[in-house]
Amino acid sequence: MFDDEMVPGRRPAVAAQDVHKRFKIPEERSHTLKERALHPLRRSRHDELYALKDISFSVAPGEFFGIVGRNGSGKSTLLKCLAGIYRTDRGKIWCNGRLSTFIELGVGFNPDLAARDNVALNGIMLGLSPREARARYDSVIEFAELEEFQELKLKNYSSGMNVRLAFSVAIQVDADILLIDEVLAVGDAAFQQKCFDVFTRMRDEGRTIIFVTHDMGAVTRFCHRAMLLERGEMVMIGDPGDVADRYLELSFGRNVGYDEPDLASPRMGDGAARVSEVWLGDDRAEHRTVALQSEPLTLNVLVRFNSHVVNPAVSLTLLNEHNQPVVVATTSDEHEESGGYQEAEVAVFSFSMHNMLAPGRYHPVVTITRRGDGLDVIDRFTRDMSFVVTGKSASGGMVEIPVQTEVNRWGILHPDLIQQAPEA
Amino acid sequence: MSTPRLSEPLGQPIRGPRALGESWPRFWQLTYNIARSEFKLKFFGSALGYLWQVMRPLLLFGVLYVFFVLVFHVDRAKGAAGHVYGAQLLGSIVLFTFFGEATGGAVRSVVDRESLVRKIQFPRLAIPASVTLLAAFNLALNLVVVMIFAVIAGVRPMWSWFELPLIIAMLALLASGVAMLLSALFVRFRDISPIWEVFSQILFYASPVILPAEAVRSELGHGHLDHILYHVYTLNPLVTIFQQFRHAMINGATLSAGQIMGSWLALLEPIALVVIIFVLGFWIFNREAPHIAEDL
Repeated sequence: MFDDEMVPGRRPAVAAQDVHKRFKIPEERSHTLKERALHPLRRSRHDELYALKDISFSVAPGEFFGIVGRNGSGKSTLLKCLAGIYRTDRGKIWCNGRLSTFIELGVGFNPDLAARDNVALNGIMLGLSPREARARYDSVIEFAELEEFQELKLKNYSSGMNVRLAFSVAIQVDADILLIDEVLAVGDAAFQQKCFDVFTRMRDEGRTIIFVTHDMGAVTRFCHRAMLLERGEMVMIGDPGDVADRYLELSFGRNVGYDEPDLASPRMGDGAARVSEVWLGDDRAEHRTVALQSEPLTLNVLVRFNSHVVNPAVSLTLLNEHNQPVVVATTSDEHEESGGYQEAEVAVFSFSMHNMLAPGRYHPVVTITRRGDGLDVIDRFTRDMSFVVTGKSASGGMVEIPVQTEVNRWGILHPDLIQQAPEA
Repeated sequence: MSTPRLSEPLGQPIRGPRALGESWPRFWQLTYNIARSEFKLKFFGSALGYLWQVMRPLLLFGVLYVFFVLVFHVDRAKGAAGHVYGAQLLGSIVLFTFFGEATGGAVRSVVDRESLVRKIQFPRLAIPASVTLLAAFNLALNLVVVMIFAVIAGVRPMWSWFELPLIIAMLALLASGVAMLLSALFVRFRDISPIWEVFSQILFYASPVILPAEAVRSELGHGHLDHILYHVYTLNPLVTIFQQFRHAMINGATLSAGQIMGSWLALLEPIALVVIIFVLGFWIFNREAPHIAEDL
């Protein structure tokens, strides 16, 4: 698909047409000359795996373009075809401008050499001329904050220092088009943020970025447009939010969007009111299914009253993947006197919080009760629907609450005290 | 979502990996810098640094010298040039060391640099070429030792020393041809490595390293079969190259390459073979280059 919005006459940064790529998977691979000599007539049988089928797209200059897909969907293969590491079996790829690939940081780093040699070597491999590589050495070291460790061999670097050096070299390559694989996003959260800051800066400078990832948070945050691949085929291309939704659908094997409430099914409660819809975010029509961590999270509950109800309370429970209630909230705390509702009245009850949930899938359960003991249930909404929290902070806890830490050294215990307190 | 057929290209086409790529400077820069960093590693990598690199041919020379000269008196064989036999032996060992390093080192080179091949786009040929270049750096240093040794042994400067670049160029052409061939084939056939080790050993003894070509010729006599055998022997381009080195660099009295072949015209045979090996090596490497990343 070629963009309608593309200015006529302006060439795309990258264009692919009918790209096919298949891999041969030999059943029994003869890896030696001996076998070939002993069985000259045996044809090696092999299966063919279509890694990419009929992929066509174009990326406009200055666009931040995401390629998403599950493992084995062909997204990394596509990136390698774009980078010229794999040859396509059919189809054509064009690019306009200097292209640079970040599939892995520090390709060709030699642990036995010091920073200077490695920066030169890595820079040249990434496409710099030796003169450019030398000229940029100082700024590389400065960005990596490794001024004091220049003479150290790389094998004595910590892994963090290694990654910092590699990343600094990579961003010195002034390419017009950057192909970035998600494996780049290794390292701690601070480093990832630094990576993304740089990518954002490059985007603002008008460079074209093609970004392969699993992280729907990153896609919706950074990309102008995205493409979804599944089994080597393009499923959709377009708005990153829509692509993220489709991706989540595919990954979780079912529709994670909010179903239209099925009013016919038997439900708990007396039916004086019904939850007719639950949605995430401000815009009901958006059908968001992804909530970003550390950002405000709002769940809205649309309730339709079928008869007169006084002071109803709506409560929300967010269950995580293990069915553990992570958040429980009710409107009756702040809005005890929620008022009287007439028949056929419609109201929205909103629950807003700062999203401190751990990344994962959440399942909201909404209950409407009459005020009082809370047992007088009007409606309970538990159907199969959920949203996904994405974010970089995944400590392993159920929630990601910011924690301040402090260390106070109290000194060394007097020997008498140590002897006195053996039981303690 | 219909795809318009495009008659005009939308920019530079991306054709996938190739042996050489579009830009010669880039190929050369990569080759040179890979070789340079490897050289640096060897030079500064260990406590005794480059001494070991020079010691290897010297040690081999020592062993062969004791065995073949002091015990078996090969230096008195026909065409062995007596007093400067040692310098000829060392020179040939150094040349063969270059050939052995360039070809033996190339066998695994592409497979060993898998991460490079699979992760960045660059002219694939830079890998075996850098192995040959690294061997050439070593050769340059070793040749200095050889020439010092030769002068001490009584060799005086000759006009024919100017033939050295030609001799080295021929050897380098042969070595890089074999290097390309082996490194490309090893991706498919992993038993290339032991096969080449054995073959390399055979070449060592089938070249005028220990025995001068003239001695081989006189040993073989004049029968019909002997004649064919000798012809096969001289087909090995290393025979021509080493013999010419002994003649031009160490002792003018030693038969030249042309003389051992019978005529200068006959030299076209080994030269043609070198060219054929180089072209074949390049052709095979070039054919394999686009899918090396997938076959690894």
